[in-house]
Amino acid sequence: MAKENTGVKAKKIKLDASDMIVRGFAYVFITLFAVLCLFPFLLIVATSFTSEASIMKYGFQIWPREFSLYAYQLIFKTPMVMIKTYGLTIGLTVTGTVIGLFIVAMTGYALQRPDFPFRNGISFYIYFTTLFSGGLVPFYLLVVKYLHLKDSYFAILLPLLMSPWLIILMKNFVKGIPFEITESGKIDGANDFKIFTSLILPMMTPGLATIGLFIALGYWNEWYYSSLFLSSKVDIRPLQYQLYRIINEVNSLKNSVAGANVVVTDLPDESLKMATAVLATGPIIFLYPSVQKYFISGITVGAVKG
Amino acid sequence: MAKKMTATAPVVQRSVKKLSTWQMMKQYKILLLMCLPAIVFFFIFSYIPLPGVYIAFTNFKYNLGIWHSQFVGFKNFEFLFRTGEIWKLTRNTVLYNLAFILLGNLLQIFIAILLNEIMSYGFKKITQSMMFLPHFISDVLVGLLVYNLFNADYGFINSVIRSFGGEGMNVYSNPNAWPWLLPLINLWKSTGYGSVVYFAAICGIDSEIVEAAKVDGANAFQKIRYIILPQLKGTVIILLLFAVGGILKGNFGMFYNIIGKNSVLYDTTDIIETFVYRSLMTNFNFQNASAVGLYQSIFGFVIVMLCNKIVKKIDPDYSLF
Repeated sequence: MAKENTGVKAKKIKLDASDMIVRGFAYVFITLFAVLCLFPFLLIVATSFTSEASIMKYGFQIWPREFSLYAYQLIFKTPMVMIKTYGLTIGLTVTGTVIGLFIVAMTGYALQRPDFPFRNGISFYIYFTTLFSGGLVPFYLLVVKYLHLKDSYFAILLPLLMSPWLIILMKNFVKGIPFEITESGKIDGANDFKIFTSLILPMMTPGLATIGLFIALGYWNEWYYSSLFLSSKVDIRPLQYQLYRIINEVNSLKNSVAGANVVVTDLPDESLKMATAVLATGPIIFLYPSVQKYFISGITVGAVKG
Repeated sequence: MAKKMTATAPVVQRSVKKLSTWQMMKQYKILLLMCLPAIVFFFIFSYIPLPGVYIAFTNFKYNLGIWHSQFVGFKNFEFLFRTGEIWKLTRNTVLYNLAFILLGNLLQIFIAILLNEIMSYGFKKITQSMMFLPHFISDVLVGLLVYNLFNADYGFINSVIRSFGGEGMNVYSNPNAWPWLLPLINLWKSTGYGSVVYFAAICGIDSEIVEAAKVDGANAFQKIRYIILPQLKGTVIILLLFAVGGILKGNFGMFYNIIGKNSVLYDTTDIIETFVYRSLMTNFNFQNASAVGLYQSIFGFVIVMLCNKIVKKIDPDYSLF
């Protein structure tokens, strides 16, 4: 939209010096800031391809002085661990996103129906949980002591399914669909659930894509619930938690590759951390450009109005 | 009633009001059922834990459970206040959040205004992608990126300093560095994402106003000063107030993954949520974790209510309820 506006303006009115200054500054500053945002990522990728000896000698460099694939070779020496880790992460992400998205969409639709007399009550019931919570300890005890989910992947799958914020965001998206659609479904004799699944859901693509992306990101980037609920008894961990463990406990890493006949003291700790980070983040970064527009629409739709 | 085609929403509502709650529940049972999974979810994960705040008033023993542990009144709170722990946590949490909110919004507005000056669609798209990236990644990776840059022995920044003959620094043993570094890291992480809201607000400004100003001879600085900034004022105030509402909620993931269990830095970096997490997971001190958690919940609640009241005064449309 801005592009159009300014395009028109540029045609009609000649640019004066102040425009050129501001514009020139904009290009320079935005370029610098964007590069600054990207730089740490490049640094990680570069380090993951650097030999450990070179890191010890010269530190982390933006361009590998001594190129090495050793860290990756080491990880793929026991490919099953990596495959299972990916499998678990993808499995959790897909399952959680499908279930969570369906529930969020269904709830969002019901709560924005202007004729639904309980919509305000239920909305407040959901919203209240963001205002006041019991805190971490009761939640932890609930999951561990009463739901008995310690060391269970359900302790990760369940809490990330939905959040009040996502339901409110979905409500705002569904509001864009005219009420007449629901009414026309009613005239045809369809019940509310049928109206939702066959009439509304197909029209919700932008909302579904945006909120699906947020839920999926939550699962992909999950390390928090894993750190709370998965003890070291669990061998296969979600990717980011695996990365967390490798960073924080080099020992756990040494154990995990010890089977690969590597002298443990020779382990390239630093480059191995970076290689794991690249493998854990790579897929989502490649996916990122294609989902970026949904990301933006999510921020703008959910921006101010809570 | 439902059969009547022309029935508009308000009419339906009015006719419904005559029914008893039970009748309404029957009439809308399918919509209610559609809400049921979410209702159950929040009941289990948010409402059932609520009575658990009682732990804050006990000398909690895991094997005795919540209700059989000894009741000690406000003793846990007394301890936290007497040791000064809670003041330190509150100070750190509030000051960091204030810095994040103020600096963050300033830079976001600045970036949004500059983005608006950029004509090339491709350039805008690519740079925006790059600026978004930090928001897209896990906090674990953020911690690693920071380590990669600032590590004393191998960190990139020290490498550069040393290559110019300077002396490397070790920020991981210097608590005074973090009140500067953490806001910078937060800016890096959240500016691109946050600027989108302001950018959308700027795009929403009527282009005729801008053109008229141009015809009247306003230069680019005047355009920004007298048209764009005043138009953003409403958005800024609302966003700031909402942010302030969450001022006791920390950025746990970022802090914990950068600082972790490095106790040398706690004085300047420990926030409420890192303390709660550590008390629970490292020290198994359930009652202290619970007491601090309850303190955070209650004060957080009061602050949100106050902010909402102010928002309501400024613009009722934007208030939460």
